[in-house]
Amino acid sequence: MFKSINSNQGELITIYFEGKTLNVPKDYNVATALLWAGVCDFRETTLNNMKRGPYCMMGVCFDCLININGMDNQQSCTIQVSDGMKIKRQVINSSGKK
Amino acid sequence: MNSAEYDIIIIGAGPAGISAAVLADQHKASVLVLDENCTPGGQIYRAIEKNQKSDNEWLGQDYQDGLPLIEGFRRSRVNYQHSAKVWHLSGAKAVHYSVNGKSHSAKGEQILVATGAQERPFPVLGWTLNGVMSAGAAQILLKESGVVYEDAVFVGTGPLLYLIAHQYISAGIPIKAIIDTTPRGNYLRALRHSFGVLKNTKNIFQGWRWKREIIKSGTLYISNISDVRINGSDSVASIEYCQRSKWKNLDCKQVFLHQGVTPELNTSLSAGCDKSWDARQVCWTIDVDQYGQSSIDGISVAGDASSIAGGVAAAQRGSIAALNMLYNLELISSGDRKALSKPFKKKLSKEMAVRPFIDSLFKPHLRYRTPQDNETIVCRCEEVTLAQIKESIGVGCKGPSQLKSFTRCGMGPCQGRLCGLSVTEILTKELEIREEQAGYYNVRPPIKPVTLAELASLDET
Repeated sequence: MFKSINSNQGELITIYFEGKTLNVPKDYNVATALLWAGVCDFRETTLNNMKRGPYCMMGVCFDCLININGMDNQQSCTIQVSDGMKIKRQVINSSGKK
Repeated sequence: MNSAEYDIIIIGAGPAGISAAVLADQHKASVLVLDENCTPGGQIYRAIEKNQKSDNEWLGQDYQDGLPLIEGFRRSRVNYQHSAKVWHLSGAKAVHYSVNGKSHSAKGEQILVATGAQERPFPVLGWTLNGVMSAGAAQILLKESGVVYEDAVFVGTGPLLYLIAHQYISAGIPIKAIIDTTPRGNYLRALRHSFGVLKNTKNIFQGWRWKREIIKSGTLYISNISDVRINGSDSVASIEYCQRSKWKNLDCKQVFLHQGVTPELNTSLSAGCDKSWDARQVCWTIDVDQYGQSSIDGISVAGDASSIAGGVAAAQRGSIAALNMLYNLELISSGDRKALSKPFKKKLSKEMAVRPFIDSLFKPHLRYRTPQDNETIVCRCEEVTLAQIKESIGVGCKGPSQLKSFTRCGMGPCQGRLCGLSVTEILTKELEIREEQAGYYNVRPPIKPVTLAELASLDET
């Protein structure tokens, strides 16, 4: 499991992943916040329904794509968390339908 | 559509971009810096302002050394736009970028591409499983958020691999194993370049010290291996490595991979800049002259975005490129350009002297640059395997662009960033041609995925 080495994580805010409440440090990006909260399965690939999660953490690989506030294909390693953010695992089948 | 105009637009706020921006600002040029991150520093000095307030000494002196650079940047009058995704750079020096889903455009008399490096793809069986990340990702999590993984396995070669392992150990985070894929022959090959090391011993001794401390810490250190693969159904269950023709298994849940870094190509290539294959760094590099000027008039490329030389060299190359752009803008004379660039060139040559040694020592083996197993995924986005690529080559596919239409390889959201180099080298190997003949993808705008709404918003700005 990912964990923080800082004894004080500063201010926590509330985000939702698949309806579940997560209290996460305010200055984390979405990918970091989810990994820290124990979530590593971010999406399913369109072709073979393989489970994927963040790989590069620097905006290059696009493997951390996730649904944020109803929008698919959000690059979670480049977006800061914000209070009340609703995040969902991204599942889009090859015909583009959910 | 209003397009803001600047003397100089710089893409990237790492050491090259920042150094260039500060220097150009001192000489009264109007400067816009566009950067993808939310704070300046690039990858090497990521989150440095935040870490200054804590006592994270284990991040190391080289990291802390970046702070004066960032402070100077903050004090300057440079227009700095963070969280900006540049999705188009035209040869006519127009830059289109989006911030928070809204597009903007800007025109620069001179453009500097300082987009840095990315990690080289390391396509091994299982590298797409959840729980496999790059070593750079481990470092970003650590630097930016203090987030770590206990008992992870680090696999690969290159200075960054030792650096992050050393940082983990210094911070008291146990590492399950380090699987070092540095080919044994590299040590001998690197020794031939030891003359250059004499000019810059600091870097090399530091590397040795890291490695010694890693081994001394009691961390399982595995070397002289010939293959590696990661097992698991959805997420990592174990890693296997082949040592003296025997496969050995190591249970683990998290793997961090690394095979060095390579230039960020997409921005320069999309603007039409010429590139060449660098046999020593085994990657494409962007052709630039001694001042960083590319083959396209008014577009310069500095730092690791042109060829890999590290953060200190990037700062010098950024400054030199800035002086040349100031000369092109007629803000300084050619004599000034020459005289002012002297100290930067001197520092740069010290950094460059050690490159042949470092490049030879950490040159990744071909078997980790292209997959050994046919079932290995090469293109992560479109899930294209080596077998599919070989099949396409077998029926007449001659290059990366054709491969796209055969297999969709390189057509996903990462736009070939995680498969392009492997594809060049697979084609080279299979068709028995040179890398220059195999070529690379034709990179076209938008160089980052944008929504239609984002495109349409250009009209409103």
